[in-house]
Amino acid sequence: MKSPLDLVRGTLDVLILKALVWGPLHGYAVTDLIRRQTDEALLVDEGTLYPALWRLENKGLAEGEWGLSENNRKAKFYRLTKEGRRRLREETRTWDAYAAAVTKVLHAAQPPLPEDA
Amino acid sequence: MAEVPRWRRYERLSGPDPQADVDDELRFHVESKTDALIAQGWKPEAARAEAERQFGDLRKLRQDGVTLGRRREERKRRREYWDEFAQDLRYAVRMLRRDRGFAFISAFILALGIAANTAVFSVVNTLLLRPLPFPNAQELTWLASGRDASAESRRAAGLSAVTYTVDAFEEIQRHNRSFQSLTSYNPFFGNSEYTLTGSGEPQPVAGVMVAENFFQTLGVEPVLGRLFAAEECQRGGRAAAVLSHGFWQRQFGGDPAIVGRAIILSKTPVTVVGVLPAAFDFGAVFAPGVGFEIFVPAVMDELRSWGNTLAVIGRLKPGVSAARAQAELDVLMPQLKAAHKEWWGDYASTVTGLKDFVSGRLRRSLIALWCAVGVVLLIVCVNLSNLMLSRAAARNKEFAMRAALGAGRARLLRQLVTESLVLSGAGAMGGLALAFAVTAWLGRQGSIALPLLSSVSVDRAALAWTLLIAVGTALLFGIAPGLSLTASNIHSAIKSGGPGMSTGRGHERLRAWMVVSEVSLACVLLIAAGLLLRSFLNVLAVDLGFQPDRAAAIRIDYEARDGEQRRAVLEEILRNVRAIPGIEAAGVADMLPLGRNRSWGLRASGREYRDINEAAALVRIVTPGYLGAMGMRLKQGRDFSWRDASRKEPVVIVNEAAARRHWPGRDPVGQLALTTGSGGWQETRIVGVIDDARQHSLEASAGPEMYLPVWQASPEGAELVIRSKLPPEALASSVMRTLRALNPAQPATQLRPLGHIVEQSVSPRRFFALLVTVFAALGLLLAALGIYGVISYSVARQTQEIGIRMALGAGRPQVQRHVIGRGLRLALAGVVLGTVASLGATRWIAAMLFDATPMDPATFAGVALLFMLVALAAGYVPARRASRIEPIVALRNQ
Repeated sequence: MKSPLDLVRGTLDVLILKALVWGPLHGYAVTDLIRRQTDEALLVDEGTLYPALWRLENKGLAEGEWGLSENNRKAKFYRLTKEGRRRLREETRTWDAYAAAVTKVLHAAQPPLPEDA
Repeated sequence: MAEVPRWRRYERLSGPDPQADVDDELRFHVESKTDALIAQGWKPEAARAEAERQFGDLRKLRQDGVTLGRRREERKRRREYWDEFAQDLRYAVRMLRRDRGFAFISAFILALGIAANTAVFSVVNTLLLRPLPFPNAQELTWLASGRDASAESRRAAGLSAVTYTVDAFEEIQRHNRSFQSLTSYNPFFGNSEYTLTGSGEPQPVAGVMVAENFFQTLGVEPVLGRLFAAEECQRGGRAAAVLSHGFWQRQFGGDPAIVGRAIILSKTPVTVVGVLPAAFDFGAVFAPGVGFEIFVPAVMDELRSWGNTLAVIGRLKPGVSAARAQAELDVLMPQLKAAHKEWWGDYASTVTGLKDFVSGRLRRSLIALWCAVGVVLLIVCVNLSNLMLSRAAARNKEFAMRAALGAGRARLLRQLVTESLVLSGAGAMGGLALAFAVTAWLGRQGSIALPLLSSVSVDRAALAWTLLIAVGTALLFGIAPGLSLTASNIHSAIKSGGPGMSTGRGHERLRAWMVVSEVSLACVLLIAAGLLLRSFLNVLAVDLGFQPDRAAAIRIDYEARDGEQRRAVLEEILRNVRAIPGIEAAGVADMLPLGRNRSWGLRASGREYRDINEAAALVRIVTPGYLGAMGMRLKQGRDFSWRDASRKEPVVIVNEAAARRHWPGRDPVGQLALTTGSGGWQETRIVGVIDDARQHSLEASAGPEMYLPVWQASPEGAELVIRSKLPPEALASSVMRTLRALNPAQPATQLRPLGHIVEQSVSPRRFFALLVTVFAALGLLLAALGIYGVISYSVARQTQEIGIRMALGAGRPQVQRHVIGRGLRLALAGVVLGTVASLGATRWIAAMLFDATPMDPATFAGVALLFMLVALAAGYVPARRASRIEPIVALRNQ
């Protein structure tokens, strides 16, 4: 078993929200989607996935409903709500800004100039 | 995501189940994972085991899921509930708006009922339920002496019978162990009436002499300055006064610089040392209907020789009950009496809570009033139930429609209760506004001799009470139409397409019962009101022993060093006053009837008395002509004359009660009596006997009384009584001019018609009788409305039947008689029930009646007759409508 990257704290929620953008999914499909989309770099642990899903549902960011899976089994599907879509946009913006800032520091070639140059 | 098959709908038939949901969800995950592993080449069993292993601690996960799921369900349920409520509310408002007449009448009736209840609750709460407006008021007690005196002799002695001498007060203060503090004031307020000069026109000022620790014991702090210092309470000490808040505002414009300044009270400079808070109203607690402006220290060494002068109040030590204090005094007082042979009385004392002293007498009246408004509210409820029922009948189709669309019975019931809540909410708003107005008005009625009235207001407790009764009534009158919503009559409504016959008849029987109960409740109220009103009229018709009509009194001020000078000054004043055109008679007494009083000793010379209390008699110190000016009737002998002053022998006039007690079977005129008042017992010649006059109240017959001339004893203040055909307003200025000419310091006092004094004395009785009568009238009106409603409903329902009858030859008078007869039958049933109930209820108010038995036949018969007349009137309108029915039209509308 190869060791995947650890999830940065608080990013699971936004990953799930993003996964749901493409349409309602059940929990298994969410892990599957994230796994494939990250080329197996991120593996979502079931023990954290479901509580995260339920919390999103309780916060009104996702809506659960029962349906039938591809192989005709009863499964709970999660659908992104309007509120969830808005949250996803916000979080994406925040993440981009954060990542850009971290990247700038990590890839810096020289220390910053003195402030009162 | 595929469509859910139909059978899945029934999976959660028994309601949401978070546990099963979580299990299903997790099972799906494990199965999917297993499938994926098998597809990768795993063996089925191994794949399953691996899938489950990857999951980790399932139990913990499942628990989290259930908790979160439950929370979600809870929130959803709550949201749905409020959504439904909002929906019901919108619907209710829409329905009521469509039926504006009904909504307005219901809300109006409710507003009246709720206003009456809120206002009366505010009064009851202030007078009865709430503690007195002092800190730790439950510790405050009232001490009354004369415990062992008979009720009769206590009445004869008046205020003197319940008060203490300075010596007795100080001895109790020194020796008791139950009280943390014992204080007193002088309730003979005539001793502390002053004239304020030096700031504009001379003003009369009513004061109270209080012991040094009076305010501290009550827990009253001055808002400005300080209370009395010890030296100010000593003989010869600096003269000091504390102002009431109202007087400070009125007279001194609320100027804080008044503290430390001297004001001139009856020619003596007195330093104002402090101002009391607005919340402290001495009159409201200790002397209802009287206002006081200033407080001065009671100088005990001066009062020591005045006899019984102190009303005593104690603050119990924490944890000590009034009963324990009573037990202690029962032991202590005989010991003190034994140690003080010189004491006149034994001062055996009764300890009661101060609250009991203040409002204990009113307890029964207040509870009766509370019951009366409760009954009014009940009638309001029945009335509204009735209105709602007739509406429900009309709305049967609407309900049937909603039921058919899936609304359950509980849902419809909720809708109905929401509607009644909207109605009662509107009623409560209107009722509160009314109650605010009524209590504000009551608070300003300073002349009603009820304690604490000035502090009556709609406070938080009254608001809570209003909320409670609003919700209570809504449930009560919303339930009845709800109960008629049985599944069967919903169905029958759909089938028949109109108000079902069976529903109609069932409704009508229920409504008839409601009207009967309404009439009987109103009947009880009306009978009680009738008895109270009759008692009030009886009190007014009492022979007072004096003639208040055309007589008026004014407080006067004069100066005299001794009896002889007093005679000279007063004779001069009276000669001038009698010379004013229009004045028929004039005289002066120190106290008027139905006001302050005090007693001295009176007994027949040469007779032995076992009980010294028997020798007590109320005393008035008067000028010649006073009895005539009051319109009192001289039975035997003569009035005083100014010439009596120059004779050596003291003279006295007694009333019939005194003559009966001390000189039974003899003519007292010319007899020698022994009287006190100027030192010890003194031989006094009786010159006249007058008819008994009401002195304490209109309701208590007179005890022994005596009248002494002004030169023989020292009076407490002076009231000039004039009798004239002219109204007092016309005389006021000329009387004042005359008095000012003789004494420039005469204060600007009011010329009060004696009728006002009588009115004030009956004001509590009038207050209760009037309120109960108003409530009873309201009950009668509502009952009439109920009769009218049920009769006109039945006429509307029976249109066809009446049409058929008329087609078969029934005449209009016959139809009218039939309809009116129905109304009369309902009223009769109600009156019979109400009369039976009244027999019990009136016995309870027997103590509040005067000269009327609780089973006064005239009242009972009058009320029954009144109800029959009202039923006749209420039935007449629908009867006319019934008799105008055109048979052809009625039958065609089938």
